[in-house]
Amino acid sequence: MVKITVNGEPHDLDIDADTPLLWALREQLGLTGTKFGCGIAQCGACTVHLDGVPIRSCVTPLSAVVDRRITTIEGIGTADKRHAVQLAWIDEQVPQCGYCQSGQIMSAVALLESNPRPNDADIDDAMSGIICRCGTYERIRRGIRRAAAAITGEDNSRG
Amino acid sequence: MGKWSRRAFITTGVVAGGALAIGVAIRPGDRTDRVSALVAGDGDTLLDVWLKIAPDNTVTAIVPHAEMGQGAHTALAMMLADELDADWNAVTMIEAPAHKEYANYALAKGYMLGDRDIPALLAGTVDGFFLIATKTMALQITGGSTSVALTGRYAMRVAGAAARAVLLQAAADEWQVPIEELTAARSRIIHAASGRSARYADFAAQAAQLSRPVAPRLKSPDEFTIMGTSPGRFDVPAKVDGTAMFGIDVSLPGMKYAAVRAAPVFGAAVVSIDMASVQDVTSVRRVVNLGDAVAVVADGWWQAHQALAKLDITFSETGNEAVQQSDIFERYASDLDRATLENLLETDYRSGDIAQGFGAASRTIDAEYRVPYLAHATMEPMNCTAWVHDGRCELWLGTQNPLGFAKEVADALDMEMDNIRVHNQYLGGGFGRRAFPDYAVQAARIASESSHPVKLIWSREEDMQHDHYRQAGISRFRAALDADGMPLAWENSYVDKHDPVEAPWIPYAIDNQLIHYTSSSTHVPWGFWRSVDHSLHAFFTESFIDEIATIAGRDPYAYRRQLLHNNTRFRDVLDLAAEKAGWRQALPPGHGRGIAIHQSFGTIVAQVVEVEVADESPRVTRVTCAVDAGFAIHPDGIRAQMESGIVFGLTAALHGEITVRGGRVQQSNFHDYPMLRMRESPPIETHIINSGHAPGGAGEPGTPAIAPALANAIHAATGRRIRTLPIRHHDLSDRDYTGQDVS
Repeated sequence: MVKITVNGEPHDLDIDADTPLLWALREQLGLTGTKFGCGIAQCGACTVHLDGVPIRSCVTPLSAVVDRRITTIEGIGTADKRHAVQLAWIDEQVPQCGYCQSGQIMSAVALLESNPRPNDADIDDAMSGIICRCGTYERIRRGIRRAAAAITGEDNSRG
Repeated sequence: MGKWSRRAFITTGVVAGGALAIGVAIRPGDRTDRVSALVAGDGDTLLDVWLKIAPDNTVTAIVPHAEMGQGAHTALAMMLADELDADWNAVTMIEAPAHKEYANYALAKGYMLGDRDIPALLAGTVDGFFLIATKTMALQITGGSTSVALTGRYAMRVAGAAARAVLLQAAADEWQVPIEELTAARSRIIHAASGRSARYADFAAQAAQLSRPVAPRLKSPDEFTIMGTSPGRFDVPAKVDGTAMFGIDVSLPGMKYAAVRAAPVFGAAVVSIDMASVQDVTSVRRVVNLGDAVAVVADGWWQAHQALAKLDITFSETGNEAVQQSDIFERYASDLDRATLENLLETDYRSGDIAQGFGAASRTIDAEYRVPYLAHATMEPMNCTAWVHDGRCELWLGTQNPLGFAKEVADALDMEMDNIRVHNQYLGGGFGRRAFPDYAVQAARIASESSHPVKLIWSREEDMQHDHYRQAGISRFRAALDADGMPLAWENSYVDKHDPVEAPWIPYAIDNQLIHYTSSSTHVPWGFWRSVDHSLHAFFTESFIDEIATIAGRDPYAYRRQLLHNNTRFRDVLDLAAEKAGWRQALPPGHGRGIAIHQSFGTIVAQVVEVEVADESPRVTRVTCAVDAGFAIHPDGIRAQMESGIVFGLTAALHGEITVRGGRVQQSNFHDYPMLRMRESPPIETHIINSGHAPGGAGEPGTPAIAPALANAIHAATGRRIRTLPIRHHDLSDRDYTGQDVS
């Protein structure tokens, strides 16, 4: 048995502790918003927060997350109560195929929590670990600026 | 079979008076009955097979295309809703079931009436014989940038207009007033003279009994109220909170998971499997020998993947075990040499007499270009969930071709196609890859040996090494210039032609042209890759015209412009890109600007790239794009597709390369097949021209011109001509460089 806490809820999982967190989230807990993309921490589609810090769940064994706080895209905001980043993503019509966007949003939320007023270089640095094959990068930049403005109450959007 | 012509269509007489001839919306009666069970909910009235109206007055468009981020679901619903005069806030859509009643007749009609050559994408799915296939047609394809251009034009708009007409007729009958006195707006019918007004839903039942008009009047662009606007896409909200269902997200009771490993060398077969390593693994349920691949079924995908990695599998020898990438290029070159020498090249396009042009030349220029194989690398790896039960097979997956997949699976399982049900989900990227049914056939075959559903997921390594690849290629050019530096003749010979036929054609007024090619087969599987042959030929032709211009001492934009003097549509697009990019504004040293223009899938795109070369690799600082797709149904959607096509093309130009080593693909994941990342991604501006020409596609036309625009910008910045891709192999920091890069 492995005990983990996801989006505030504790779970006991009957699974090997060396299983990557990604597969426990998707197959044991049905939290399929977190995606499998590469399996080697190269693409970022599997990004979740561990104690508020973005990590790649495809290479993080369950044994490393016991007794720690895991947040997935499902814990960020739902249709009833969306996070500012999700609202900005809709306003900017960011997603295309959408497969990478959970990872993008998890990275953007973590960026804005640690740095509510990121400049362009901060955004590029924080986001360059997440591949978007549809090329939505420019809209992601705009989405982050828009969300930052909403969160801080300042209009710090550019362009 | 060659091109489809109107004559071929009429003489065979296949459903000449039915769906194909008069459009999908208006085949009366029986068809609606047959499909109503597939799409209608309780109380819904099906007006025709492409839309339904619910008792609450909600209009649902039934869209026969997959959504992979290109916006087809929304744009097609808009086309229908506008002609219907529907209230957009009460319009929704569903994807048409994968059923032969939804075989894409609009696509068929578009090709038959000569709008386009029939692309190879369709040929394989209909046994290569289209007319016979109208009976068993496996045509529900998303590809070839056809959704808006053909389905929208021939099906959705007609369906909306036809439905509006019968709703008005039903209201006129009910109210006993002349139909001319009625107007429609926002899903209501209004009789101004009597002050009456009622919802569409109130007349839906009566309207469904009326015969539909054969050729309802369609709106002119000045009457559009929804087309030409940019409402939010239907699929976006679910894609920001993890609720969007992709194929990989499907879950069924009792489902198990499968991992697969195909023979690393294409064409090899499984000889033996040593099961010792998995015999004591309790989570492993089954090992399945698929002939050319081995699958492990387990309680979880990770367990299946781990067990598969330990499995000792022996594959047969194919004779290709020693093939290296250099062998493939050498073979291309020698096949091209031989075909040239022996006069065996097949002609693509010929005008005038190139011998005359070269005879009169003041100067001749030649160049050879090469491009590598490319993988699709969709972010969602190939996957399919299959369940074989009660003599049937159900599939849950993302596919660009649900009916084609059903046919392939039916053949593989020796079932009737009617017993295959495809549940299409959102596609985590398509780009042509999800038109190939290999992963669905594998899943179905694994499931056919199981009593439970099986979800097959390819690892990234499997996905990259068992793709259907954009071909590598060689293209050679020779041009004759007159004393003023203008071209008298253009000769292009290249190796390996696929699709579409016009990809190597050029828009320029050059009197003497010969474009020809030879085939050179390899054991590497080929596939449609975003914009298909356009993806390489635009790089070849738009780089070479740039070489000619610069060697002639001319500005590359002005030179192109002069050669487009009798082609105002192209020239307008070129001018807009140059103007918006500030073509004539000076740039700092080490910076350069490049331009390219190319037409594909009915849409003309010109792009200007600005680049900074400060060290060995270039930094793209800005892209300006001008696009003429006839009419922009959803302008923000077109901009999004241009942005997407540009990043896709930049990724390939800068980084993309699949190589063969020891007969197999060498690259395996994103560390050795890198993707463009945000820090390399330039700001992109897109400017739209609504020229009123026949509508073109949007999903692919953004890709072809960006590689040559970038290569031309690098030339402007450094004097180096990029003749081989990817650009990362060129060390641009070599300041002593004086000549031309060859390879």
